[in-house]
Amino acid sequence: MAKSITHEFVKGLWEEVPPFRLVLGLCPTLGVTTKMQFGIGMGLATTFVLVCANILVSMLRKAVPPKVRIACFIIIIATFVTLVELLMQAFAYPLFLQLGIFIPLIVVNCIVLGRAEAFASKNGLFLSIADGLGIGIGFTLSLAALGALREILGAGTITLWEGIELVNLTSIFPGFQPFQFMVQAPGAFICLGIMLCGMNMVGNR
Amino acid sequence: MDDYIVLIVSCIFVNNILLAQFLGQCPFFGTSKKMETAVGMAMAVIFVLVMASAITWIIYKFLLVELGLTFLRTIAFILVIASLVQFVEMFLKKSIPALYAGLGIFLPLITTNCAVFGACVLNIDKEFGFVQSIVASLSYAIGFGLALILFAGVRERILLARVPRPLQDTSIALVTAGIISLSFYAFQGMV
Repeated sequence: MAKSITHEFVKGLWEEVPPFRLVLGLCPTLGVTTKMQFGIGMGLATTFVLVCANILVSMLRKAVPPKVRIACFIIIIATFVTLVELLMQAFAYPLFLQLGIFIPLIVVNCIVLGRAEAFASKNGLFLSIADGLGIGIGFTLSLAALGALREILGAGTITLWEGIELVNLTSIFPGFQPFQFMVQAPGAFICLGIMLCGMNMVGNR
Repeated sequence: MDDYIVLIVSCIFVNNILLAQFLGQCPFFGTSKKMETAVGMAMAVIFVLVMASAITWIIYKFLLVELGLTFLRTIAFILVIASLVQFVEMFLKKSIPALYAGLGIFLPLITTNCAVFGACVLNIDKEFGFVQSIVASLSYAIGFGLALILFAGVRERILLARVPRPLQDTSIALVTAGIISLSFYAFQGMV
């Protein structure tokens, strides 16, 4: 089967979208999605690492001996994660404080290592970039969707970015009582489980 | 002494690493289908987490801070954990084959377990001392094992139940985890 760049890009958006189709990278998915804004920030940081790591792994795929490849991939990923950490501290400090430990944790995010091992180490540069971008954007969208759902139920708002509120239920319906459970730990699991169930229902039709 | 009791209770129950901090979710869902694998994974995590946090603490305080290289923390820690896992694997294979057979494939999987890496980073972020970080790590690991084994027990029962088709597998597992997390949530007021 001839692999086209568009196909590799689009598959990350629905067919193999993490964390729904590929059940990987659950820790940041559950941990940071108390607000849509944090989901987007986390998704973009992961996308950056994913694309950069895919580029480097794909370029070095003939130079790296197969026996030590995993160790090499981890070092490549860790380098880019450190880069993101420093960049965020410089340019998006409030977001960095909110995401906290989950930024260094991108290094052990199975999605990144999984794509490097399963795709970038076997395919050319442009295909790998398309794959990284597709999976990354799919991941960002999933986090944003989960974040939006939890935020609207749990706090009555949807925040796109610092200070930009898309919806504010408390101003539309003054009597609105936020369902706090959703922005707390147990809500994350249940919300993701129900979203996954919804996706299965749509997908099986 | 009281401080340590508070620390232990908070790390095992209140800030449970799986159900409240969301670290190490991949093994939580990956190895909880059978009780046997859950127990194996829990043991392996307890073993590695304590060693890893001790070694990363020493390296951070006496190497990275001294040399002003704290920004290399992520790279240094992941390298330490990866080589530690490799080393533990070789050591167990040679000297304690029974334990090695028990832990089996779970040891290499731990390299990419965010609970191990996350706990090491948390200990540094919270500025724990050496003994405190060991106690905290051990409690985190026990909390991990407890949650994982409880979850595996529930999941084994779900296999016997009739679940609507779209909810099957991961979906129902997530909802179950949410309910277990809710029960741990009751400890919130304790500390």
